[in-house]
Amino acid sequence: MTRGVTTWSGEPYFLNNVALGVCVVIGILVFGAMFIAMFRFRKSRGAVAEKWSHNTTLEIVWTTIPVIILIALAYLATGGLRTFADTTGSEMTVKVTGYQWKWRYDYVEYKGKAIESVGFMSKLDRESDETRQLNSGLDPKNVKVDGYNTYLINVDKPLVVPVGTKIRFVITAGDVIHSWWVPALGWKMDAIPGIVNATWTNINEPGEYRGQCAELCGQDHGFMPIVVKAVPKADFEKWLAEQQAQAKQPEPAAASTAEKPATAQVDAPVSQGHQG
Amino acid sequence: MAHDATHDHHDDHHGAPKNFFVRWCMSTNHKDIGTLYLVFSLLMFFIGGSFAMVIRAELFKPGLQLVQPYFFNEMTTMHALVMIFGAVMPAFVGLGNWMIPLMIGAPDMALPRMNNLSFWILPFAFALLLSTLFLPGGGPAGGWTMYPPLSLQGDSVAYLVFAVHLMGISSIMGAINIIATILNMRAPGMDLLKMPVFVWSWLITAFLLIAVMPVLAGAVTMLLTDKYFGTSFFNAAGGGDPVLFQHIFWFFGHPEVYIMILPAFGLVSEIIPTFARKPIFGYKAMVFAIASIAFLSFIVWAHHMFAVGLPLGGEIFFMYATMLIAVPTGVKVFNWVSTMWGGSMTFETPMLFAIAFVILFTIGGFSGLMLALAPADFQYHDTYFVVAHFHYVLVTGAIFAIIAATYYWLPKWTGHMYSETWGKIHFWNSVIWVNVLFFPQHFLGLAGMPRRIPDYNVAFANFNMISSIGGFLFGASQLIFVGVVLHCVFFSKKKAPDRVWEGAKGLEWTVPSPAPYHTFELPPVIHDDELAHGHIED
Repeated sequence: MTRGVTTWSGEPYFLNNVALGVCVVIGILVFGAMFIAMFRFRKSRGAVAEKWSHNTTLEIVWTTIPVIILIALAYLATGGLRTFADTTGSEMTVKVTGYQWKWRYDYVEYKGKAIESVGFMSKLDRESDETRQLNSGLDPKNVKVDGYNTYLINVDKPLVVPVGTKIRFVITAGDVIHSWWVPALGWKMDAIPGIVNATWTNINEPGEYRGQCAELCGQDHGFMPIVVKAVPKADFEKWLAEQQAQAKQPEPAAASTAEKPATAQVDAPVSQGHQG
Repeated sequence: MAHDATHDHHDDHHGAPKNFFVRWCMSTNHKDIGTLYLVFSLLMFFIGGSFAMVIRAELFKPGLQLVQPYFFNEMTTMHALVMIFGAVMPAFVGLGNWMIPLMIGAPDMALPRMNNLSFWILPFAFALLLSTLFLPGGGPAGGWTMYPPLSLQGDSVAYLVFAVHLMGISSIMGAINIIATILNMRAPGMDLLKMPVFVWSWLITAFLLIAVMPVLAGAVTMLLTDKYFGTSFFNAAGGGDPVLFQHIFWFFGHPEVYIMILPAFGLVSEIIPTFARKPIFGYKAMVFAIASIAFLSFIVWAHHMFAVGLPLGGEIFFMYATMLIAVPTGVKVFNWVSTMWGGSMTFETPMLFAIAFVILFTIGGFSGLMLALAPADFQYHDTYFVVAHFHYVLVTGAIFAIIAATYYWLPKWTGHMYSETWGKIHFWNSVIWVNVLFFPQHFLGLAGMPRRIPDYNVAFANFNMISSIGGFLFGASQLIFVGVVLHCVFFSKKKAPDRVWEGAKGLEWTVPSPAPYHTFELPPVIHDDELAHGHIED
């Protein structure tokens, strides 16, 4: 599992490693005992079966020890959940809407100021799309950006966000259920029609972070990737100003892509779940 | 011999009917119906398996080579439905039908005609379900979980819903029959706490079935009316809630996964003591652990939904409840190991599969514990890590237990020994290839590959290719199993003794091999030292 690049994404990584370690240790003990039993207590080595069939002390011990381990794990996990659920104090809001089979990003607010008409669709890049057709004859290995294979994980227009900023995402969907997942951010959140889920991230390092839809959403479920481009704050502000300026011009092509979808308003009540 | 006292002499004049149709289609005999269930389950195992082969072939390398994405989704959906409702569940009902009356000293199931009906519904249910693949619009492609609104986009909703209704009716009738048999038909002296663990596991499973199959029926009926009658149970635009379906579905779905594993616990608890020649360790703890797991299964459903945006309190509750399951499950694993400890073991094919079950199911349990940790699940959820997890508990768990039980009782059913050599060849091929198949899927999930996708980035190529190779060879290995079973039924010359295994205990070994058409027409006399779990007095 990736360590991730946000202030929170270390939580699942850390829990994964601790839980894996615990499981490996228990596994070695249990399977070790089993293999010793299998070699020592073979009939072919003349082993004679003993008669005992319970031992209360032993049974209490191996009920209690797992409980203690579980309490420790639960304590660690609860901390991660509490910080995850706290979406307060965000400096920016982005609305994410899942459609069959593309994502829409609307920039709602930045540093307390409402943003108007910055929003766009983001879908699978053309090169991947051509390559992924049945028997296209194109080799997925050749789909590259800067020497890095981006087959099925590149989009025409990435979500651009600033680093070092607590960004609140409000996530919903226009048709069926999708799930917005960028492993480097440390979580996925279902995009559900009629429901607005809120969650947050705070990215530490600039970079391009890639992910995919994680909830089966129909035939092209495997072909709706996500790219988050994290840039320094100054670059982001410049980019945002450009987008706003573009949106003001009466350019028909830009206007149609920036048009807000009729469904699921941005200011719909956020599901109570992540308020506290 | 015990069977001289218990076994009637007039079998000859009311043995199995000679007419094929009368014997198999109109049967009310628990053994014949058990056989029907097992044969049906094997057939479905191969149909479901062929769907899996399509999936693994398409995922063999990046790029789409064989099928369109929509058909791929039909395959994943049908693979799950056929394997769960067609292969695993009927196999357990078949084993229960065959063995529960023999294990508790009953002449037959309590409700023999209903037994016939509950089996013969199944072929129709699956004909309905599988026919959708040949109809315009294709089969269901929204996943076996049938989440709306996606599942409602398909054209086969009505077929799917009615097939699920039929399977549910069949399961409920089977469960009623098993409960009625166990509670009413035990031979005098076969107290509840003297029953074999397998019988206990089925008693508890049957209650789970009766509790949750109606819930599934309700959920799919709401899908049906949403699709065709304009209701809006799950339609947000009409005031409904798509997440409500998930809550109802998983309230069924989580007990359902234990329906598929508790009888396997029972089977392994029969087989390990036999080949360790030592009574099961902690009989009461084993029974109590099964009951606790069954209870917990009702209060953990939302751990399948950590990513839907549950409130913090909900996430915490379901995480804690889920983690608790590790305790009784751990007790079971420790008890199996303790049963082996100090025994006098031999390693015939059933024992090999049972040992593989304990190890590989435990690995599935470990990944289950990891998945229970909600913050980590935000990463694991809906990835190949989950796919690896549930195949470890279902294939190397449930299916390995079913295969172990088949080898264990096959000589009792047929009166002949199977080929031990070929059984072992089957075992080693299965256990090696199943790990080649599923272990790399853990890595794929951790590396970020979502499940249910027909194509993937080249970064996932190597592990997918390994997994596919393992899949093809695991699939092919199961043909050996069919060969061994056919050989044993029709060609084996080696007669099986009544007590097939040296260390075998329990009433089923007191009747002749093959088990006569009617057994225990007079209740047997129970000798406590004959029972599978040895000392039960405190």
